[in-house]
Amino acid sequence: MTDISAPRPRAAFSALLPTAPLRALLQPVLQRVVRRIAARHPGMFARIAPYQQADFLIVASELPFALHLRPDPQAPLFRAVPRDPLPAHDARIEGPFMLLLSLVDGETDGDAAFFSRDLVISGNTEAVVSLRNALDDVEGSIAQDTADLFGPPGRMLLDALRQRSAP
Amino acid sequence: MNAPADFSQAGELVCPAGTPAALRTAVDAGADTVYCGFQDATNARNFPGLNFTLPELEASVAYAHARGAKVLLALNTYPPAGKFDLWRAAAANAARLQVDACIVADMGVARHIATEHPGLRLHLSVQAAASSPEAIRYYCQHFGVKRVVLPRILTIPEIRAIKQEIPCEIETFIFGNHGLMVEGRCSLTSWLTGESTNMDGVCSPAGKVTYEEDANGGLRSCLGGFTIDRFAPDETAGYPTICKGRYAAPHRPEGYYAFEEPVSLNLARLLPDLMGAGVHAFKIEGRQRSKSYVRKVVGAFRAAVDAVRAGATPDLADLVALTEGQKETQGAFQTKKWR
Repeated sequence: MTDISAPRPRAAFSALLPTAPLRALLQPVLQRVVRRIAARHPGMFARIAPYQQADFLIVASELPFALHLRPDPQAPLFRAVPRDPLPAHDARIEGPFMLLLSLVDGETDGDAAFFSRDLVISGNTEAVVSLRNALDDVEGSIAQDTADLFGPPGRMLLDALRQRSAP
Repeated sequence: MNAPADFSQAGELVCPAGTPAALRTAVDAGADTVYCGFQDATNARNFPGLNFTLPELEASVAYAHARGAKVLLALNTYPPAGKFDLWRAAAANAARLQVDACIVADMGVARHIATEHPGLRLHLSVQAAASSPEAIRYYCQHFGVKRVVLPRILTIPEIRAIKQEIPCEIETFIFGNHGLMVEGRCSLTSWLTGESTNMDGVCSPAGKVTYEEDANGGLRSCLGGFTIDRFAPDETAGYPTICKGRYAAPHRPEGYYAFEEPVSLNLARLLPDLMGAGVHAFKIEGRQRSKSYVRKVVGAFRAAVDAVRAGATPDLADLVALTEGQKETQGAFQTKKWR
């Protein structure tokens, strides 16, 4: 079984490309992703209503950057930001990339990941719980929706990632 | 009003749903019955982003009924004085949306439903903490309660003895949170946060919970500014509930779990004994959990209950990864010496 919680050194990723250009490269992609999710799952914003203006940082252990999410239904924001130092935020969610993907995909239980200490949260716990519940009520797979956005290459990448995390 | 649902088959699997997606997941995984709540203080899992709007419940009832599953609505908190209208409206909506039963704890709510919505079946919540034949018979006699959810403090012989003295069905928890306090009476959260488990529906409200990781990878969980536990870097964690906190005391200065440690109930191996004792329905705790949890736990217990009904030995799936603190217990059901 592949251990989805096992961290991998982010130095390897950083060595491939300096993080600032990488983040700049990713911005239009991430923005496209969040607009697609917002358009396909408008109902999820009601569950996170008090925190639509909250700033969430999602930190995948292996990536050389963090992701900043503001779930504003009118102007959803999803962008790559530096890890050191992290920008100001309301809540932070941190874990291995494959675990975070599995959580978004609805395949892993967030509480169980917290109990095992693979998932770390800090900041506004109520905001994190709201986001978790909003994502969990999404029918289907957000990861699949995102992969579909990029056609066959996107689906191939997602399939490969899922195979790595499959038992 | 449609014909009353059929609750006659013993071994009913009663499963949690905190969202419509979780409800559909539970039904698809084999739940006989799903329980849920509205997005307000009328239920004991009044958590942010959780629970059902009226349109969501209406669609969910239709989804469940179309697949032969039943839906229970938890109205299992205690209305504070002057706020009864919220519970009254919830009961009216439950009747209108044709849920199959309401799970109640408060006598005023029970009486209101029995009087104003006599066609609506009543189950007595664990929040009523009815653990004696006398108490249970009182609810049956005065409010027409058809089922009692027993507190998690009784041994199987005690459950068998109670069953012989009451006129209603018994439902017991078989998996999930291992609650030890006198349910419906616990005021620990109120004491630390000013919010009530029993009246606001929030045990350890998320808005009052913080987690802090130290430089060495240790984790401190706090409720209302009070430290509930400190977990070492290699130690599994639990919910920030006071009853499962770790405290220093004069006789245990190093700190210890004074009430209960982070652990979950798992009675999979006791299913045959529970059925033999007259337990009619098996309840899985966890409306606050994800649909991934619902899919795995409901699927495992569906297979186990079916095997027991067929006289076979259940092939028990390993659910320990989903348990609090990654530890399981049979608690008082096995022996009252567990602590």
